[in-house]
Amino acid sequence: MDKHTKVIEIEEVVIRFSGDSGDGMQLTGTLFSDTSALFGNDVATFPDYPAEIRAPQGTVGGVSGFQVHFGHSQINTPGDYCDVLVAMNPAALKANFRWVKPDGIIIIDTDAFVEKNIIKAGYKEDPLKEEPLNGINLIKAPISSMTRESLKDIGLDQKSILRSKNMFALGIVSWMFDRPLEHAIKFFNKKFANKPLLIEANTKVLRNGYHYAETIKAIAFNYKVRPAEITKGTYRIINGNTATAWGLLAAAEKAGLKLFLGSYPITPATSILEELAARKDLGVKTFQAEDEIAGICTSFGASFTGHLAVTSTSGPGLALKSETLGLAVMTELPLVVINVQRGGPSTGLPTKTEQADLMQALYGRNGESPLVVMAASTPSNCFDYAYMAAKIALEHMTPVILMTEGFLANGSEPWKIPDLDTYPEIKPPFAPKDQPYSPYEKDPDTLVRKWAVPGTPDHEHRLGGLEKDPATGGVSYTPEIHEFMVKAREEKINRVAKDIPPLAIEGDEDADLLIIGWGATYGHLLTAIDSLRKEGLKLALAHFNYIRPLPENSGEILGRFKKRLVCENNLGQFANYLRMNFPEYPYHQFNKILGLPFTVEDLKDAIRKNLEV
Amino acid sequence: MQEVTQLKPEDFKSDQIVRWCPGCGDHAVLSAVLKALPQIGYKHEDVVFISGIGCSSRFPYYVNTYGIHSIHGRAAAIASGVKVANPNLSVWVITGDGDALAIGGNHFIHLVRRDVDLNVILFNNRIYGLTKGQYSPTSEIGTVTKTSPFGTIERPFKPGGIAIGANGSFFARTIDSMPKLSTEIFIEASKHNGASIVEVLQNCVIFNDRTWADITDRQFRDDRVIVLKHGEPMIFGKERDKGLILKNSQISVVKLGENGITEKDLLVHDAQTEYAGLHLSLANMEYPTHPVALGVIRSYNLPTHYDQALTDQVREVQQKSKIKNMKDLLHSGATWEVK
Ligand code: SF4
Repeated sequence: MDKHTKVIEIEEVVIRFSGDSGDGMQLTGTLFSDTSALFGNDVATFPDYPAEIRAPQGTVGGVSGFQVHFGHSQINTPGDYCDVLVAMNPAALKANFRWVKPDGIIIIDTDAFVEKNIIKAGYKEDPLKEEPLNGINLIKAPISSMTRESLKDIGLDQKSILRSKNMFALGIVSWMFDRPLEHAIKFFNKKFANKPLLIEANTKVLRNGYHYAETIKAIAFNYKVRPAEITKGTYRIINGNTATAWGLLAAAEKAGLKLFLGSYPITPATSILEELAARKDLGVKTFQAEDEIAGICTSFGASFTGHLAVTSTSGPGLALKSETLGLAVMTELPLVVINVQRGGPSTGLPTKTEQADLMQALYGRNGESPLVVMAASTPSNCFDYAYMAAKIALEHMTPVILMTEGFLANGSEPWKIPDLDTYPEIKPPFAPKDQPYSPYEKDPDTLVRKWAVPGTPDHEHRLGGLEKDPATGGVSYTPEIHEFMVKAREEKINRVAKDIPPLAIEGDEDADLLIIGWGATYGHLLTAIDSLRKEGLKLALAHFNYIRPLPENSGEILGRFKKRLVCENNLGQFANYLRMNFPEYPYHQFNKILGLPFTVEDLKDAIRKNLEV
Repeated sequence: MQEVTQLKPEDFKSDQIVRWCPGCGDHAVLSAVLKALPQIGYKHEDVVFISGIGCSSRFPYYVNTYGIHSIHGRAAAIASGVKVANPNLSVWVITGDGDALAIGGNHFIHLVRRDVDLNVILFNNRIYGLTKGQYSPTSEIGTVTKTSPFGTIERPFKPGGIAIGANGSFFARTIDSMPKLSTEIFIEASKHNGASIVEVLQNCVIFNDRTWADITDRQFRDDRVIVLKHGEPMIFGKERDKGLILKNSQISVVKLGENGITEKDLLVHDAQTEYAGLHLSLANMEYPTHPVALGVIRSYNLPTHYDQALTDQVREVQQKSKIKNMKDLLHSGATWEVK
């Protein structure tokens, strides 16, 4: 080994930290990715963890992983395969080996590779013999024992000592990629402000990990990933759920309304409720309801009083909210529903990602019950689409379902802090105070009714779930009136299309294949297409954020290309929706239902195959 | 709250034709509410009625205030949202035994637990009227209905037992045919800070006629009910010759004058005490062993109720926090400059 370490510059790196769900891998990954972002890299992350809070220790089912992709160029996905795998035990190796690049690096805690753990992980004998490791650079580090050794005199119990072994691993990786340790140390100081012993312990273990790697020259060279060339501005790290919560806050501020969130904890949507509960400083009222139904019902009530009213949930919760959504359709009150999709049906895969709630969002209610459906496509643009969902709900007096996904909710990336002055105005159609009020009188162009809220003199009125006469607002069972109202509600939603941006395509105007996606698959689709275009293929991407109504130019764009391939993490719900709306075109499909995001490699294969047929 | 004296009951009446069956107990409750509204001190536009589904839930259409005729069982949850969002409103929930205690049972108990400052009028006719006569969660064992042709085998709920058992702060009971008492109770419910539950024993002439007749028929009503008044001894009877005492930790009926019993031996009603044990016993009294308790049975003002506590908490946090607007929030915590 050289005395001097070489420094090698590389474009991008994927690291996966993995261990038992109690090993602190999420924190380790977050600290590493934040450090990288602060360093100026573009970053994308993907946490992958079991639904159980403390899944059986040492088993493959209990493995918690956190993947970080960082680089000098633009990063659109958390990466398929990793350059470095940190495996804190045999189960972590077993669960993740297939995600390691053939020439990758694996760092293991040798202390955890004892017979008991090896058997628990499902290996027959020595995993280092069972896995095909040729080509892999295996770094065997006695992480647990060195952590113990580092802290033997510090005065902590054995359990607490071992809990900081993740920081030893972080130290090793930090050296390998030339990352400064300040951010992590700052974090310890804040997090353990009242426990100085833990600050000392974590800092010491982190530094010892770093020096260990340096001393043994863990790898013959250390890597340097230069800062990315990013547009000027102030940046911060943001994940999808925080971005969603903040987008709603920004919309409330712009509209001059107070924000109300009625919600019930559900994975992976809960952190939206948590974030907004903490935002009382901005006047938010959150109501942790007794169930999903009360979550949306309290929001519905708040909407009646003139608030920007929101409820957040995931698939099973959306199912429970459907009756009240119908009431909001019928009474034409603004209501934003955030549906952070997870694997289904039923309880399904609570912590995994999927796009299979689309039909539920579009049609999962009794009667003809049209509403607006939208989808965010990156962690940070959850902010923009939450803002737009609120704007459309308020200005068009309608419920809006914004679909995000587990993959966006927990994934994070650097985000240039936006200038809110550049965001469009939000002007709810409040009834003029000095004019007579009729609740179902509609604007002739938009078919939107006016909003009068309790407390306004002379605008007293009753809303309800029964069909009504638009002239008087009174209950009506007249057949023709029902038909008229059903069509009016449908047409009102169709006319929202006038207020949404046209669908844009990325890639080649004269592409041989149009790739179609919606929601969280954007980063993977774009990366796959960019990479294949570099190989000379002619491809274009049409990615949908507005689903109902569809952008007005959708049909025209679909017709512009010879072939269409719809890629989704479900069995083809959006493809079928397009077939229904534009039956004149044939659609090919690429679908995965693994509870995981696409891999760029799989997408590239699918695209190549579809070009051949 | 403002003092508004000039409003009259007619001012709260809407122009809608009232569609309840002739003779339905709901009519009398409506007029008792219309009489109470001018006296609760709220402006017309600050009153909101929220109902669920059922015969009584048509109610909001007949009062000329803000209102929502919502969906089955959810009125308590929707009204909680209305009140929490805007605590300046006087918010009333109109519900029935099926709406509040079957499909909406969860929202009902949680409304009571949170003590949101709402006024709930629970029309208890012990039957599903709108769906034409099926037994409800308050129907007595053995009730023969279309869905219990051989008699029900389910034990009924008592709304008072649930409300007080769930640590409710206010429970009162009235009878549809006693509109003056109803009006008084509705005014008390409005004054109470917290969730006020008022059970109205209501007659459904079509599907469950005379369900409460044992106690409500005028000829013997006064001997079978007791109207409780805070601070007054528990006396009842046409001749005001009967009373309630506590004996072996149980409430017993005694005759004044017999065995040397005088008014001084009787229980004195304390609706405002925190201790709910006696309130629960009073609310659960049944004819024929006891008179059925009417009036305000429990009215305990907690130091604070949900909507007020939330408003206070928001204000406190706003005073302390450095984050005053979105811009502050966006730039809070770890950020970095790219130059
Ligand atoms: S069915 Fe019974 S409860 Fe319903 S309106 Fe008629 S009498 Fe009243």
